[in-house]
Amino acid sequence: MADDANKVNGAEEAPIQERAKPDPPGYFEGESMTRRRAFTVGAQALGGLAGAAIVLPAVGFAIAPIFHRGKERWEAVGPVSDFVEDTYRQVVFTETEGIGDAGKTTAYVRKSSEELGEEPGKFVAVSNRCAHLGCPVRFVEAAGNFICPCHGGVYDFQGKRIGGPPVRPLDQFQTRVRSGQVELGPRYSVTNQMEPVRARDPGEFTGGIWEYLYPPRPSTFPPP
Amino acid sequence: MPKIPVPKIPDAVVPPPLRKPAKPGAGGTPKGQAPEDLKTAPPGRQSHGEKLLDRGKEAPIDALAWVDQRLAASGFLTGMLYRKVPKGTNWFYTLGSATLFAFIVQAVTGVFLAMYYTPSATQAYASIAHINNDVPLGQFVHGMHKWGSSVMVILIFLHMGRTFFFGAYKYPRELNWVIGVVLLILTMTMAFTGYLLPFDQRSFWASIVGININGTGPVVGPYLSDFLRAGPELGATTLSRFYAIHMLLVPGAIIALIGAHMYLVVKLGTTAPPWVKTERPKGAMPTAELEAGANGNGRVNGAPVSGQGNGASA
Repeated sequence: MADDANKVNGAEEAPIQERAKPDPPGYFEGESMTRRRAFTVGAQALGGLAGAAIVLPAVGFAIAPIFHRGKERWEAVGPVSDFVEDTYRQVVFTETEGIGDAGKTTAYVRKSSEELGEEPGKFVAVSNRCAHLGCPVRFVEAAGNFICPCHGGVYDFQGKRIGGPPVRPLDQFQTRVRSGQVELGPRYSVTNQMEPVRARDPGEFTGGIWEYLYPPRPSTFPPP
Repeated sequence: MPKIPVPKIPDAVVPPPLRKPAKPGAGGTPKGQAPEDLKTAPPGRQSHGEKLLDRGKEAPIDALAWVDQRLAASGFLTGMLYRKVPKGTNWFYTLGSATLFAFIVQAVTGVFLAMYYTPSATQAYASIAHINNDVPLGQFVHGMHKWGSSVMVILIFLHMGRTFFFGAYKYPRELNWVIGVVLLILTMTMAFTGYLLPFDQRSFWASIVGININGTGPVVGPYLSDFLRAGPELGATTLSRFYAIHMLLVPGAIIALIGAHMYLVVKLGTTAPPWVKTERPKGAMPTAELEAGANGNGRVNGAPVSGQGNGASA
């Protein structure tokens, strides 16, 4: 039976004609993309643009403070005669404006000492912000050291770390003398060799490779 | 006094009976025919008052049906509320809903605290003092929010521990574990940002320490600190920034993720405790065949099989 059928069909079989492959449904001749697809892609691109136009400025608005450096601020903390070489005088001044007492910070100020190898005739202002996690350190006159109450960080007379968890010496403030008054300016950090670098947050190492692992922030001032 | 009629529960929300339907031809109502009692007992004539009363009885159900017809919620609610839970489900399984309840308490008390709180560096402390000292029940609501935050953190850790030790994070529930971990991080973010808001000495110094810990991350740390503080030092906009994160950003994300978390819980069901063995019904395959069929892993439908052991095959 099957053979018979094949014979019948084979007898009537016409030579196979090469026919052009029909375009897929929705395509006009020669088109590589349907209108539907073109409009889909176009609408999605437009939607993406509109979304970006809203999201990008909003995100920029939120992260803008990272790239913004405030105005340089100097504040007089007392006449030159107030400060001596062999001990510190505690001064309180405003570091951040507009938030009342919360914006104030404490510095320990003295005259620079030739004995310690410092340039004479200048003033040294050591920040009381611990280089571990930012607790307020206190200068202990009897020991001649800075001591942090939080986790036991100890710094020597110059602010170099001599014990506890801190990772670098205490920060300092730029100083200058204007009309007989000592003025304190922007904060900067120092390396273990007491070289000034841009201000780092507490807990961040300074010097060497750490300058790249904790990169300087655009919101800080260049060191003196 | 007439007895208050008990409203009929809509059929849509009543689960189907657990017993098997009767076999055809074995009594009961044949398919496509009215039940016997309707045939033999036609409804009697009702007076006008009775009709009104009947319609009144139907009113709440009608209202419910009107809503349900438009929401199609009853199917979802039936599935969610009458879903089966495995044998051995115990009090440890309530830790998740306890965490959810703690979150709801935080959300409600937080909304009311926001009615009195001022997110300004110069006024925040005074506004908290005002809530505590002057506002009726202010100290209570503030206390609920403050202690509730600790409760929520403790509960979320217990919930995570339960999930871990019961092995409930395994297939197919890995994604729910991941969502849960994100929720844990968001909860910690809430605790961190909320800590600054009273703006007292403790808040101030704790936030400084917390931000500085963030800053110790290499490369991105310093910028992350600047982002959190909105500048190189804790300043006027730090508090409002923390407030916005605490009030708007994170709660929205938490609510969305809790939705996803609970959707997956309902969709996938809960796991039995690891010590519960499956009871096999009478006439089930003998253990040896079962083990052979299950490729020796001793589990059927994800639950451990009782009575298994290598003794049978040895």
